[in-house]
Amino acid sequence: MDKIKFATIWLAGCSGCHMSFLDLDEFLIDLADLVDVVYSPVGCDLKDYPEGVDVCLVEGAVANEDNLELIYQVRRRTQTLIAFGDCAVTANVPAMRNMLREGAKPVLERGYLELADENPHLPHAPGIVPELLDRVLPVHEVVPIDIFMPGCPPSADRIRATLEPLLQGQQPAMVGRDMIKFG
Amino acid sequence: MAVKTLKIDDIDVAIEAGATLLQAAQEAGVPIPKLCAMKGISSIGACRLCLVEVEGINKLLPACVTEVAEGMVVHTQTPKLQEYRRMTVELIFAEGNHVCSICVANGNCELQDVAIEVGMDHSRFTYRFPDRGVDLSHPSFGIDHNRCILCTRCVRVCDEVEGAHVWDVANRGAACYIVSGLNQPWGEVSACTSCGKCVDACPTGAIFRKGETTGEKQRDRDKFAFLSTAREKREWTR
Repeated sequence: MDKIKFATIWLAGCSGCHMSFLDLDEFLIDLADLVDVVYSPVGCDLKDYPEGVDVCLVEGAVANEDNLELIYQVRRRTQTLIAFGDCAVTANVPAMRNMLREGAKPVLERGYLELADENPHLPHAPGIVPELLDRVLPVHEVVPIDIFMPGCPPSADRIRATLEPLLQGQQPAMVGRDMIKFG
Repeated sequence: MAVKTLKIDDIDVAIEAGATLLQAAQEAGVPIPKLCAMKGISSIGACRLCLVEVEGINKLLPACVTEVAEGMVVHTQTPKLQEYRRMTVELIFAEGNHVCSICVANGNCELQDVAIEVGMDHSRFTYRFPDRGVDLSHPSFGIDHNRCILCTRCVRVCDEVEGAHVWDVANRGAACYIVSGLNQPWGEVSACTSCGKCVDACPTGAIFRKGETTGEKQRDRDKFAFLSTAREKREWTR
């Protein structure tokens, strides 16, 4: 049997979920026997998301045009998409700017103009720096999600308990405090 | 003492007349999710989580304010109720700004617990991100309206147990919020005795002690049951 094609992506999040993934410790060695890591900010150095991915963990909310483009591509090319952590599931801290209304303007102005020590200016480099979206969205409001794994971050145990059944071709049971507690 | 007998999820229960379905369910060991009900204060049926089905009655009834009746047959876990409860919890999350990861009550929050109980792994409803305030004018406590679910436990505990009635509810619908005094900053309300009962009563991280950071909120939820027993039955120890 071919190895499972496994990927992870990092949208608007702090990378804490990926750090928690690395906390899988020895299980990473078992995992490496079962999967081919075809795309991941922590697991390989490939730059393009390939076709025919079996499982992908999505960390982070959808906050900018780059996130949006990537998640559409990932959804088209992936069988099982997992919202990985609270930012992916609820949009969490990145979405707190949604409370300020008026799109991304208030945060950009605060960060790049009001708090600038010198040379205050708004970043604008089309094609290089992705523009922020007006609202930060949880991933399932952009593309369909197959499995939700909340947590900030999800513990290594929770990640393992989600991945192990999938590797055996079964669905994980996302119930109970160990699996779905937010925060 | 008149006793009523009824069936809750196929369990026979006998309980004194005047008791509520929620009390009867607790007696029978049947868990019913709840947020606004708390031992030691009055019940108002605000959160709608404790809705149950009673055979022969067409509508769903909140267990916390429905009195037991002879021969009632009650169901607490039908698929319809489970679906409604999960929707209710998702709506509560979508209504406010509940960011568990940076909340004082993370890991010690009844809303978080209820989300787990009803199996909520995400919200199907779009988050509103309302523009709500935080009042830090009180020297010892703060209220973060972003995390308030309008259960009014603070209102009831302050009125009924402390007798100060610092809290009340202003406005209606989506604009509804908890006010202190005559809609004054909490720190300027002279009626407040700084007893902290509202902090203990709050199911979420909305009312907290200053200086507490993420996941540090402690509370004494049994205080009110103890106080009401103490006052009614003169039992002053626990």
